[in-house]
Amino acid sequence: MAKIFKQRNMISLLIVVAVLFPLITNNTYYVHVMTLSFIWMIGVYGLNLLAGYTGYLSLAHAGFFAIGAYSIGILTVKAGMNFWGAFILSLLITCVIGLVVGLIAFRTKEHFFAIYTLCLGYILYLIIDKWDSLTEGVRGLIGIPAPASIGPIKFETEISHYYLVLFFLLLVVLIMYRIIHSLTGRTYIAIRNSEDLAKTIGISTMKNKLTVFVLSTFFAGLSGALYASFVRFIGPDIGAISITFDLLTYLLVGGIGTLSGPLVGTTLIVWLSQQLQGFQEYRMLIFGPVLTLLVIFYPRGIVGAVSSWYTKLISKKDHQRILRPTKVRSGASIEAEKEVKEG
Amino acid sequence: MLSLKNISVKYGSFTAIQDVNIEVNEGEIVVLLGSNGAGKSTTFRTISGLSKPATGELLFEGKKVNKTSADQMVKLGIGQCPEGRKLFPAMTVQENLKMGSYIHRRKKEEIKHLLEHVYELFPILKEKRNDAAGSLSGGQQQMLAIGRALMSKPKLMLLDEPSVGLAPLIVEQMFGVIQKINNEGTTILLAEQNANAALKIADKGYVFENGSIVLQGTSEELFANDEVRKAYIGA
Repeated sequence: MAKIFKQRNMISLLIVVAVLFPLITNNTYYVHVMTLSFIWMIGVYGLNLLAGYTGYLSLAHAGFFAIGAYSIGILTVKAGMNFWGAFILSLLITCVIGLVVGLIAFRTKEHFFAIYTLCLGYILYLIIDKWDSLTEGVRGLIGIPAPASIGPIKFETEISHYYLVLFFLLLVVLIMYRIIHSLTGRTYIAIRNSEDLAKTIGISTMKNKLTVFVLSTFFAGLSGALYASFVRFIGPDIGAISITFDLLTYLLVGGIGTLSGPLVGTTLIVWLSQQLQGFQEYRMLIFGPVLTLLVIFYPRGIVGAVSSWYTKLISKKDHQRILRPTKVRSGASIEAEKEVKEG
Repeated sequence: MLSLKNISVKYGSFTAIQDVNIEVNEGEIVVLLGSNGAGKSTTFRTISGLSKPATGELLFEGKKVNKTSADQMVKLGIGQCPEGRKLFPAMTVQENLKMGSYIHRRKKEEIKHLLEHVYELFPILKEKRNDAAGSLSGGQQQMLAIGRALMSKPKLMLLDEPSVGLAPLIVEQMFGVIQKINNEGTTILLAEQNANAALKIADKGYVFENGSIVLQGTSEELFANDEVRKAYIGA
């Protein structure tokens, strides 16, 4: 039974479900919501790498998401660049800004890093909101083109867009998997554990933190660029701090510092929000307390809770397996004792 | 090999150590004795590059290393086994050891040899190589911490209170291994409160009190010193 739930099988099953999803449901609205949640997941993975694995909570994540989205928007709409050229360039722009910001941000630590990035996120939002001549300010950017066709593959329909985003999501998950299960990933975890300890085994913490930060902004930028080409209209709101907190909520609910946390958290919350749309802002009355309880009792989210429950189950089974032979042995020795006495 | 000349370290306005002079020659075991808060760990932090000296000179193999960062110090050949058996608890024993050879990460063959060597010194670690480091006993964790420091192939190894909180028998074993590591050519600087065990294997020692060195000499001299016997050996 346990074999069926092996990691590889579960991953294959999830991929199959994701691939078949648009074919199972004929509702384009569901496909739309799912595509959006895939886009968010990519952004959440970026946040997870930085906050979950390296231990640095960046609250400027939505800012980088917006940089990715606005870069592709401005390059295609205003500069008239072709889509894929603009797409790659927008990722580069996000990374370069991420590098510059990271160089300054990593002079701070822990809470101060979070506060610094919070301020920075707000500054990025203000720049987008106020720089009318470049970003069109509150009017927003309209008419961002859909992804250009690659050879015979066109991205005109909702479903083709879904598969494009799914492709990028799977790529991101694969990259994350490779990072986490390598020495690089363990280096990041070492930094999260203790920076001093990491330094005393020869890890250049500054270099590694910068790399993670740039990588995380890359994921945010990718997510933003995909968002812009999917929704085709962007306003300054996408850089607002509330988006960062949305992403953080997805991560916390799913499981911070876990590989599948972003998938679980984002899917759950996005769909739950859809279902609770009737309650409008009162939704927060439900989300708030649930999130608080979750952070208190399951600090590593749903995935963390399930995996620790699973480990406990396994160790219990092992324990029983170890105990059983000793019981048999003790039974045998009692009989032997009896024989001695009776004899 | 390593010399500290008039080193002072400050945390804000508080002076943690003052005018410390230490000389460690190649192949020696040198012990720093002192009670909690005497300045041993600050001295270690300074040598490993985590704290920067306010005054004085820190020399390693003739080069001034006052401002060298901690990760560069490891590359120069100073390996540290920090106080309190600081490990990566969620990683396995083998992963912890591999983290220790971070600076040799591209040399796969060398890591293999180093790993074999550590497993030879501590066979129990080989047995438990796939267990999480956090699940080990205190003694095993200390072995792992020493093993991890060895994985960087240090010329000089700093051991901060390796015997703290361990059973007497394990302490004896631990000092046996430390001596073995030293015999293999690694110079050792040891901070200890257990003067009896430490002085038995050390060549010389320094006694710390309130951030300064109050006494120094060969281990025989310190062993014979009445004050040291009263304060640290209890005889």
